[in-house]
Amino acid sequence: MLTPSPRGDVSAAVLEALRTGAAPAAIRASDASGEDDLHLALWVLFELSYRGFEDVDERREWDPDLIAVRRSLEDAFEAELRDRCTPTPVGDDVATAIFAMCEADDGPSLATYVHRHATHEQVEQLLAIRSVYHLKEQDPTAWVVPRLGAGPKAALLELQFDEYGNGDPNRLHHHLFAKGMEAAGLDPKYGAYVDQAPAEALAQNNVMSMFGLQRRLRGAALGHLAAFEATSSLPSRRMAQGLERLDFPPEMVGYYTEHVEADAVHEQLAARTICGALLDDDPHLREDVLLGASVCLDLENRLAGRLLEEWAA
Amino acid sequence: MSGQEVFDHPDVVLCPGGPMLLRGDHVIEGPDGTRHATTRPVSAVCRCDKSAVLPWCDGTHKVLPEKLRPS
Repeated sequence: MLTPSPRGDVSAAVLEALRTGAAPAAIRASDASGEDDLHLALWVLFELSYRGFEDVDERREWDPDLIAVRRSLEDAFEAELRDRCTPTPVGDDVATAIFAMCEADDGPSLATYVHRHATHEQVEQLLAIRSVYHLKEQDPTAWVVPRLGAGPKAALLELQFDEYGNGDPNRLHHHLFAKGMEAAGLDPKYGAYVDQAPAEALAQNNVMSMFGLQRRLRGAALGHLAAFEATSSLPSRRMAQGLERLDFPPEMVGYYTEHVEADAVHEQLAARTICGALLDDDPHLREDVLLGASVCLDLENRLAGRLLEEWAA
Repeated sequence: MSGQEVFDHPDVVLCPGGPMLLRGDHVIEGPDGTRHATTRPVSAVCRCDKSAVLPWCDGTHKVLPEKLRPS
């Protein structure tokens, strides 16, 4: 993948530094010209730790000046999320609390719109936007593995092994999505649609990277995972039916039908086994787990609100 | 080393209000005699009987009224 196009002063400074090999200008989150600028810059900096860019020296991943910029952007993003997402504590059982939060969430739903109303073109746009994450599905959460004790680590790997195809690359979820994209006539290349992803979608990607890459935020990472899985099974069925209505190819439909069944398992594992085991080890992470769940719901609602408004639904 | 924790890791878990989790490889025979093999490390078997992909769970229990959800 080549570096994407800048969206303002901060992302321009970061991209310029990456492409030229120079130190980044002394730039901070407060210099960002908006959400697009901040989230693109942060997304590019995080991407250095995934697959990187063909036009950037791999050694820049650990460039202290770039990490200083990243820290500033992460701090601003985390403060915004903590300010906006204040989960109401429900009971003692963390799984009950997470499921209750997800059930109580009455935000706009892209899957419901795709089910009955979206046009072929709108669904292509949505798949392109989703591809930024789905082509690295589950990878951000993999950062959490070495930070856990035996109980939550085994629990997380039980879920992740299924996400990664149980040893069979043909069943690996991000590969299933790539096959669906290709069959649908979309570009299946990793990162192909970053320039088309709105700030709200980049924020969804960034929050997973931030929670995954900062050990301090491991509770939030796993709470986010639980809410993500708990809001996937039923919406995936609506997505599959919407894609069938619009005659999308079986490979693309199949990605979503796989998630109907897989995530009916994963939501139970994530909320009960993974978050439960984490809190057995570290009860003080409970607030962060619920924060992660709340952030997941919040950021999906923001993307849905943005796209449905754009589509004037 | 002694004193290390022994974890609960049951083969079958009945989720409150939700499916039955089944660890490992199994073949489930449905009421019509059809056999369904598990394909995942953990499978979720429907307990509310309203799933569209029986015998597997598809999350439908979550949209049922409380009294129709499995105990």
